[in-house]
Amino acid sequence: MTPRRTVWLVARRELRTRLRARSFLVGTAVSIAVLVVFILMESTVFGGERVTRVGLSGQAAAIAEPLTEEARARGLEVRVSTVRDPAAGESQITDGDLDALVTGTPAALHVVVDESLDENLRRALNTLVQREVLRAQLASVEDLDPDQVLATVADSTVDVRSLRAPDPTHDERLAMALVIVALLYLSLLLYGTMVAQGVVEEKSSRVVEILLATVRPWELLAGKVVGLGLVGLAQLTVVGGVGTVLAVVTGVLTIPGAALGTLLWGLLWYLLGYLFYATVFAAAGSLVSRQEETQSVLLPITSVLVLAFVLGFGLLTRAPNASATAVLSVLPPFAPILLPGRMALGVATGWQVMVAVVLMVGAVGGLTWLAGRIYAGAVLRTGPRLPLRDALRKS
Amino acid sequence: MLEVDGVSKRYGDVLACDDVSFGVRPGELFGFVGGNGAGKTTTMRVVLGVVTPDAGSVRWSGHPVDHPTRRRFGYLPEERGLYPRMRVLDQLVYLAELHGADVNAAHRAAEHWAARLGLREHRDTEVQRLSLGNQQRVQLAAALVHDPVLLVLDEPFSGLDPLAVDVLAEVLRERAAAGVPVLFSSHQLDLVERLCDRVGIIQAGRLVACGSVSRLRAGAGSTLVVDAPLAPAGWADRLPGVTVLDVHNGQTRLRVRPGTDDQPILAAALATGPVRGFTHHHPSLAELYRDVVGVGSR
Ligand SMILES: Nc1ncnc2c1ncn2[C@@H]1O[C@H](COP(=O)(O)OP(=O)(O)OP(=O)(O)O)[C@@H](O)[C@H]1O
Ligand SMILES: [Mg+2]
Repeated sequence: MTPRRTVWLVARRELRTRLRARSFLVGTAVSIAVLVVFILMESTVFGGERVTRVGLSGQAAAIAEPLTEEARARGLEVRVSTVRDPAAGESQITDGDLDALVTGTPAALHVVVDESLDENLRRALNTLVQREVLRAQLASVEDLDPDQVLATVADSTVDVRSLRAPDPTHDERLAMALVIVALLYLSLLLYGTMVAQGVVEEKSSRVVEILLATVRPWELLAGKVVGLGLVGLAQLTVVGGVGTVLAVVTGVLTIPGAALGTLLWGLLWYLLGYLFYATVFAAAGSLVSRQEETQSVLLPITSVLVLAFVLGFGLLTRAPNASATAVLSVLPPFAPILLPGRMALGVATGWQVMVAVVLMVGAVGGLTWLAGRIYAGAVLRTGPRLPLRDALRKS
Repeated sequence: MLEVDGVSKRYGDVLACDDVSFGVRPGELFGFVGGNGAGKTTTMRVVLGVVTPDAGSVRWSGHPVDHPTRRRFGYLPEERGLYPRMRVLDQLVYLAELHGADVNAAHRAAEHWAARLGLREHRDTEVQRLSLGNQQRVQLAAALVHDPVLLVLDEPFSGLDPLAVDVLAEVLRERAAAGVPVLFSSHQLDLVERLCDRVGIIQAGRLVACGSVSRLRAGAGSTLVVDAPLAPAGWADRLPGVTVLDVHNGQTRLRVRPGTDDQPILAAALATGPVRGFTHHHPSLAELYRDVVGVGSR
C-alpha cells in the first residue's frame, strides 16, 4: 500500500467524522449568521470612534490647543503633535502614521491629507481660520464695512491638498479586509485546535498504539492535517462564498471583483496559514496525554494567533500603509491573517505578497520537519507532559 | 516464522528486556508468561515496532521486519485503545483498510469478525457506549480483521466472560491451524497450559524457560500426592529429592525431583500410619512456573 493511500485513508476518516458531526453544520450556520449581521450593520461602525492624529508645522503649532477644543466640540478626538519638517510629515501621512498635516499661519492654514479630510476636522479648522481672519479685520477698524467683513470671513477656509485621489470604495474595502481577517483568524484557531485535540484524543484513548503498529507516524500526522484542513477549507469557502454573494446582492459591496479576489486570496492564505499552524498544533498536542492538559500546551500558539488578529484589526483600520504594518504582514506567523487584509484594502504591493509567500512556504517546510520529529518522538509516550527536549530525542 | 533475537530494552535503571530470544513457528500457539513487570509487553511492543530495542532484532521469515511486513501483523495492545466515538463496524472497516484491504474485503471481514465475536447487535454502537468486555471483543476483532499473518496478543483473555474465552480459544486454535504463528501473553496459566504448544517464561526481563509444556515437565520431575491422614507436620521434610508443596486435609503434595526413587517416600509415609492414596501427577504449568521463577517472587 502506498503512503499516499494511507494518508488519504486517515484524511478520509477525519473528513467523514467531522462533516457528519452536528457541530460542523451548526458552526457553519452560526458563522454565516454572524457575517450576515455584520453585513447588515454595514461598515460604518468601523469608521468612527478613534483618535485623529494631526501634525502641526511652523506657525501652525500655535493652534494646537484651540484645535483640540474645537474638534472636541464637534465630537472628534484629536491628538496633535509638532512636525519640524513638512516633507517628513507628508511621508508620515503616506505611511499612515499621521492623518493630517497642518502648515501655514493661523489665518491661512494649509492641510495635507492622504485621501480626504475628515468633515469635522475641516469645520474645526475653518472655524479657527475664520476667527483669526475676523480678528485681523476688526483690528483695522477705520474702514469697516460689515458686509465685506462677513464676506471675507466666509471666504476664508483652509486650503486642503490630498496626496492621493480619494477612494470612494475605501469603506467597503476596509469592511472586506476586517471580515477576511476575522474569518482567517477563526478558521486557523478552530482547525488548528481541532488537529491538536485529534492528536490528544488518539493519544489519550491509546488507539495510537494500534495505528502506529500499522502506519508511520508522519502518515498519520499528514492524514490528520490534510483531512481537517479540507474540512476547514470547505467551511471557509461556504461561509466566504455565501457572505460575498449576500453582500453583493444586497448592495453593501459594489465591487464584486475585489470581493472575489479577497475571497480567493483568503482561501490561499488559509491553506498556507493552516499548514504553518496545524503541524505546530499537532506537535504541541502530542506532548500531553490528557484532554485537560491540551489548553495549556496550546496557549503559546493561540496567543500568536490572537496577537495577529488584534494587530490586524488595529493596524488595518489605522495604519494599513505604515512600514511596521508592511513588515509584520510579510512575516510568517502574522502574514496569513494580516496580508490578506492588506490585500483586500489594496495596499499590499506585489513584491510584499511574493516575499510573504516565499517566507511562508519556507517556514512551512521547516516547521513541518521539526513538528514531525516532535510528534513522532512524543506520540507514543504516555504519562506527564513531555518536555520538548525529550520529544526531540529519539525514543 | 517469527524470530526474536537477542532483544534488549532499558528504561532508565530498569532492564525491561534482557537479551530475549525465541521463535514462534507457523501454526504454533506460543504462550508468554511472567510476573507483573517481567517484560512481556515490552517484548511484544518491540515485535510490533512500537518500541525500538536498544539491541537485538526481530525477523520474519528470515528477514528483518520492515514496514510493509508489519502492516500484515495483528496486534492486541495491553492498553486497549479504539476511537471512543466511532461506531464498531466503521472502526473495524477503517482498520482493515489501513492494513491494506480494499473496501469490499474490509466490509466483509468487519462483518465476519463482528459476528464471530458476538458483536452483531452492537455493530452501529459507538465504542464508548459498550461494556468493557464488549470493547475488548471489538479490540480483538480489530486485531483479526485484516487476516494477519502473525498474531501478537497482549493478555487477550483478560476481561472476557467464560463464553467469550471459549470463542477466543477456538479462534486462536483455528488461526494457528491456518498456519499463523500466534504469540500471546496471559496470567491465566491453566488456559496457557490448555492452549499452547510452547511456553516462554520471562522473569525480570530474561527468558528463563522456553519450550513445550511437556519438555518443561521433563526436567521437573513429578508432583506426588500422599494421602496419609495421621502424618505429623514435617514428616517429609528430610526425605532426599523431595520438596513439600503444601498440606491440605491430610493430603501432602510433594515435588519429587527427576530420578528420585519413590519407594522410600512410601515407606516414610507408612511409618506415620495408614496411607490411603499415593499418586503421581504431571506438574501443572502453574507449578512449573513457581519452580522456575522461585516462590519468593510469586
Ligand atoms: N514506557 C516505559 N517507561 C519506563 N519504564 C517502562 C516503560 N514500559 C515498561 N517499563 C518498565 O519495564 C518493565 C517491564 O514492563 P512490561 O510492561 O514489559 O511488563 P509486563 O511483563 O508486560 O508486565 P504486566 O504483566 O504487568 O503487564 C517494568 O519494570 C516497567 O516498569
Ligand atoms: Mg504487560
